[in-house]
Amino acid sequence: MLDLLWLIPVLTFTGATLNGLFGAKLPKSVVTAIGVGFPGAALLVALGALWQFAGTAEAFSQTYWNWTAGSLTIPVAFLLDRLSAVMLFVVTFVGFWIHVYSVGYMSHESGYWRYFAYLNLFMTAMLLLILGDNYLIMFVGWEGVGLCSYLLIGFYYDQVFPPYAGKKAFIVNRIGDFAFLVGMFALIATFGSLRYADIFPQIAANPGLVTGSDYAFGLPLAGFIALCFFVGAMGKSAQIPLYVWLPDAMAGPTPVSALIHAATMVTAGVYMIARTNVIYQLAPGISQFVAVIGAATAIFAATIAIAQNDIKKVLAYSTVSQLGYMFMAAGLGAYSAAIFHLGTHAFFKALLFLGSGSVIHAMGGEQDMRKMGGLGKHLPQTSKIYWIGCLAIAGIPGLAGFFSKDEILHAAAAEHQWALYAVGLITALLTAVYMFRSHFLTFAGKFRGTHEQEHHLHESPPVMTIPLWVLAAGAIGAGWIGIPELLSFGADLNNFHDILEPIVLQPAGLAVEEHHMSGALQWVLLLLATAAGVGGWFIARSIYGRERGLAADRTFEQRWPAVHRLLENKYYVDEIYDRFIVRPLAALSYFFWKGIDMLVIDGAVNTGASTVEVAGEVGRFSTTGNVRNYALYFFAGVIVLFVWLIL
Amino acid sequence: MTVPVSWYLMLAAALFAIGTIGALTRRNGISIFLSIEVMLNAANLTLIAYSRQLDSHTGQVVVFFVLAVAAAEAAVGLALFIAVFRQRHTIDLNRINLLRW
Amino acid sequence: MELLVFLIFAFLAVAASLVVVAHKNPVYSTMALVVTLFAVAVLFVLLGAPFIGVLQVLIYTGAIVVLFLFVIMLLNIGREESQLAGHKAQFFTAIFGSVLFGGLVILALSSVRMGAQSDGPSLALVSLKGLATTLFTEYLLPFEIIGLLLLVAVIGATVAARRPPQGEGSVHPQKEEAQP
Repeated sequence: MLDLLWLIPVLTFTGATLNGLFGAKLPKSVVTAIGVGFPGAALLVALGALWQFAGTAEAFSQTYWNWTAGSLTIPVAFLLDRLSAVMLFVVTFVGFWIHVYSVGYMSHESGYWRYFAYLNLFMTAMLLLILGDNYLIMFVGWEGVGLCSYLLIGFYYDQVFPPYAGKKAFIVNRIGDFAFLVGMFALIATFGSLRYADIFPQIAANPGLVTGSDYAFGLPLAGFIALCFFVGAMGKSAQIPLYVWLPDAMAGPTPVSALIHAATMVTAGVYMIARTNVIYQLAPGISQFVAVIGAATAIFAATIAIAQNDIKKVLAYSTVSQLGYMFMAAGLGAYSAAIFHLGTHAFFKALLFLGSGSVIHAMGGEQDMRKMGGLGKHLPQTSKIYWIGCLAIAGIPGLAGFFSKDEILHAAAAEHQWALYAVGLITALLTAVYMFRSHFLTFAGKFRGTHEQEHHLHESPPVMTIPLWVLAAGAIGAGWIGIPELLSFGADLNNFHDILEPIVLQPAGLAVEEHHMSGALQWVLLLLATAAGVGGWFIARSIYGRERGLAADRTFEQRWPAVHRLLENKYYVDEIYDRFIVRPLAALSYFFWKGIDMLVIDGAVNTGASTVEVAGEVGRFSTTGNVRNYALYFFAGVIVLFVWLIL
Repeated sequence: MTVPVSWYLMLAAALFAIGTIGALTRRNGISIFLSIEVMLNAANLTLIAYSRQLDSHTGQVVVFFVLAVAAAEAAVGLALFIAVFRQRHTIDLNRINLLRW
Repeated sequence: MELLVFLIFAFLAVAASLVVVAHKNPVYSTMALVVTLFAVAVLFVLLGAPFIGVLQVLIYTGAIVVLFLFVIMLLNIGREESQLAGHKAQFFTAIFGSVLFGGLVILALSSVRMGAQSDGPSLALVSLKGLATTLFTEYLLPFEIIGLLLLVAVIGATVAARRPPQGEGSVHPQKEEAQP
């Protein structure tokens, strides 16, 4: 099955093309069959390939053809190694179940076929991204997911806001993409190739290639590339300062938010850094920068999430925050921890988003939690599932989030980065608080909506609840493959770490610093993490639970109005960007338009045209219609010709 | 005494000048045509003179062709005049000014 | 002797051409053209091209001038009104003519040796056989093309001068037909 690796993206692409070209004319059942069937087939092929891969445990590479431009040749090839295998499983598995869920969620939409076409296209691009064996294929996928993100955010194109949000996402991403490109150029210039298999072994064997001083801006080559790639990741994975598009991306349909803006696309940046780990290991300054940004983003987003009223916004900022965790881990060198958290996050975040989708579906489109409440009675399954998701994300022991988050905090402590550890811990507390807040406000207490909405409340159909349960199983079980040493009581059960270990290439000469912590310290850290999670739940329960509903929020508003406003308005970041970046750029564009394009360029062209026009106006006086005049001109011409010939 | 060839050339020059003046000055279409014929004759004379000068038949052959062309031109030109006359009922060139701006 | 003939007919040619150019009545102009053509034909003979001279009379006077006369009579063209606007125009015309004449003379003289020729045209030049040989060997292609040209001219003249077929209006119809 491994040699059918190429079939996986081809299947999803076929689904996208069929639905895209013919979907409008096909009956809904056929659209569904195509839209879900092809990703399903892709999942089966992927599972088969993974099964085979697990048997060989060797990296598998397959080249299909070569792109040549001038002296540069880039192969179109796929690589299935441990890292991409993990990503492949996550993308195809979670992706498939979200497709199934969408059948129910989007069943009333007129653009049903369009949705599935775009979603399949997204899967194709994402698969390219993770399966590519060189940065160019990754970039093609990178851009492709950006495109699909734009298309799907702006899915409800007849409204004002979604297209704007889509545009914003695409443009902010583009800034990152530019940096990504520059990094790739640097790689081509130095190595003449973009293949991982070409570049990484060279660097690992000879770190001097990239650590020589001052390639650009005072950074060695490794630092430069690391920085460029990270800026790309900032855009795609919504880190400070390029995260602003993700909350607005909630304008898209909820399953889109689940798949793209939680489970897969936004994790592409983490994947990229994990893939490039050799270079990051040789650029300690930039790696530290990555970790700091990650941590800052984590806590920043968490504080905003507490004050949000739209359930999807809460989840959006939560995603930004969790992504921050992943980058923190990557910056600390704990690449397998970052990917581990990526995987668990995919499950429980998708679960939470889809659960919120169920709620929104039941509420007939309402997303404001202030109008919800008491939905646990009407939506029992959804409530339980959402509860599981909250437990997972809060890092309650036993569920996936606990294991992955603990790995990250463990890594911070092991590096003695206590500031980062503290930030991580506080964020964990905040995470628990805002997640349980959202649960209580939505499902507990009394219903605060209108009568109409109350009548409309109904549990979602099985086509939506079954995927939820599958993902819930993942949210619980996915963590168990990464049990830390501490808890394994001797048995070497830290499978995940071992699985991904070979991905991390050790550059020659770099001292391997093994930070061993005493068993006692490890226990302390574990308990602290647990305390953060449980404590957060407790706080949320005491503030929001038991029918207290919105009372706490109102108190907060009254007691500290300025703080509340600041948080609710997301620190006015969008407004700041608008004032200091967007408006000046718009003014500059306006100047270029009116001043230069219209005046100078159009002016030049128009002048040419009007010259002709004026010349014509003047010239027409020579057409007197009088034949004798013409004879005269004729003759004069002959004279001139004659004189010229003679002379 | 033989007449120098240059005298023939001067004569041809004179005829040509006269013909040109006529062609540019007259108002009557037919008269313009006649003046053009005079010009053609002057050219023919020049050619024959040079043929004599260079002792070659080429000049005469060319005059032969010029004659044919002049005939053709006269025929077509007069046919056009007739056609125009049918429309305009005049061949006064001052009145035939359809192409006037 | 030759000089005398030349002078007489040269003078005749110039005088007649002046009449062609100046006379108001087109018929008189045409007659004067005939005289011009005859004079020039004589000069051709003097220059050693008798055949061309005969051709001149045959074609030019015999056909072209007749054609002119036919057309003049067909169109019933009368006297032409005076057109020269005034002394200023006449003056400029004279200047122009003189300049033209002078230029041509200079050109002519600069290309030919001054002075008398000691003998007349060579025998080879005069012979018809020689002319025919040159025409039908060296200039065969132009000869054929001239034939084609004459054909085209005939067709063209016929088409240009025919009455428009019934149904076609004049170039500028005065009234539009009503919309069907």
